Amino acid sequence: MSSSNNALPVQGFLRSDGRKGIRNCIVVAYLVECAHHVAREIVDSFRGQPVHLIGFGGCYPNAYADRMMNRLCTHPNVGGALLLSLGCESFNRHRLEENIAKTGRPASTVVIQQTGGTRKSIDAGKAWVEQALKQVAEVPRVPLDLDELVVGTVCGGSDATSGISANPAVGRAFDMLVKQGAATIFEETGEMIGLEDVMSARAVTPELGHELKQSIEKAAYYYKQMGHASFAPGNAEGGLTTIEEKSIGAYCKSGDAPISGLIKPGDVPRKGGLYLLDVVPDGEPRFGFPNINDNAEIAELIACGSHVILFTTGRGSVVGSAISPVIKICANPETYERMSEDMDINAGKILRLEASVDEVGEEIYRKVLEVAWGTQSCSESLGHQEFVLTYKSFEPIGPACLP
Amino acid sequence: MQTEGKSRKLLRIHRDDNVLIVVAPVRPGDRDEIDGHEIVFTQNVAIGHKVAARNIKAGEKVYKCGVPIGSAKEMIPAGAHMHLHNLKSDYIATYTLDKDHVFVK
Repeated sequence: MSSSNNALPVQGFLRSDGRKGIRNCIVVAYLVECAHHVAREIVDSFRGQPVHLIGFGGCYPNAYADRMMNRLCTHPNVGGALLLSLGCESFNRHRLEENIAKTGRPASTVVIQQTGGTRKSIDAGKAWVEQALKQVAEVPRVPLDLDELVVGTVCGGSDATSGISANPAVGRAFDMLVKQGAATIFEETGEMIGLEDVMSARAVTPELGHELKQSIEKAAYYYKQMGHASFAPGNAEGGLTTIEEKSIGAYCKSGDAPISGLIKPGDVPRKGGLYLLDVVPDGEPRFGFPNINDNAEIAELIACGSHVILFTTGRGSVVGSAISPVIKICANPETYERMSEDMDINAGKILRLEASVDEVGEEIYRKVLEVAWGTQSCSESLGHQEFVLTYKSFEPIGPACLP
Repeated sequence: MQTEGKSRKLLRIHRDDNVLIVVAPVRPGDRDEIDGHEIVFTQNVAIGHKVAARNIKAGEKVYKCGVPIGSAKEMIPAGAHMHLHNLKSDYIATYTLDKDHVFVK
């Protein structure tokens, strides 16, 4: 699929599985809340360097969290990982360290109870990260083609402008990326009710279409159990007439490309195309809301291999993420004026008729290339590295999901 | 792709759309241009609401962002406000509150 005219002036960090990173960070991962402070102290002493804090707070085992941590610690943007264990939590730290080490990345675990408490563990962790940073600086850099890039999208802090400026512009950027062979991922099935048939019709096979339809029905059922209404009277006042129209706000971020597959958190697309990420847990609701906040969704997009996240906002979110850069696309021109330091792209220009949806789509596309090339996004340069991971449960995807 | 040409109030999101989004308040008597044709608005239309990009036949699918959002309940002339009175969901009826805060279909 590689073609030389896709070649970017980008040098990716080559990993042993053949994937390439656009960043080369060390993650420090706590495996239970009890190890969070020690992990944070280690990360804080490397301010300004690519050392990121991630972790799972729970003490009880969870297959989803285990899979997420394994995928995140071996993400192409990650050069090495230090695990922080208290010593008695149920997370399988041995297997996680082994899986990271198998990829050739430096990996180590500090067990606080064995190391002798807080201070000794912080010192041991700092010493390890120091040498790991030197080690990952040696990772070979090779040309990275656009068809090796994975880009995810999410919206947060939405308002009435999101669906008519920033989201359609991301859709246009997605179309351009897919055309170049990149893999793009959208989600938020809970906000696509009414579009089951419209979305199914875009699937590359009828069987996949059926899976897509089912994923929205699952979301509708799940949110109903959570007491989440889908169409509020305020929507009609704002000019939205039908449930389909409300749902296109989130849906139009997917652009016009055919849908190549349905994935769940931790599934990595193996070829280019447009993918729907189903983030709604399977089975009866067990652990509460599917995703407790925007960063829970961002972490899932990253676990699916996303190198970059396109985040649209109307009211003005400021978050970034550990591991992968977040590009902020502001839908509302007034929000942009107030918070421009946090925003990479001003899609509000569309509403002032100063730029078309296509033009802003191209601007987003160029920003993705710039950030892949190494330029920091706004949230990166402001030091944002939010991360959250909670309990969830999923069944593996069926054979029809990735035709 | 600014197909609405000189329009200063209407935004076309997608080339397949037969609705345009109002981005500056529209008052009766205001003139604007849609795809090279001048239209005169007959109603107030608030920001964020939709107007027909061309004459839309009764029963015709209505597209926004290139996606069908329902069907026209009646013939809708170019430039007319499109909302609950002339556009219906193909999925489920929209319930909303009337001026007395009673749920209506």
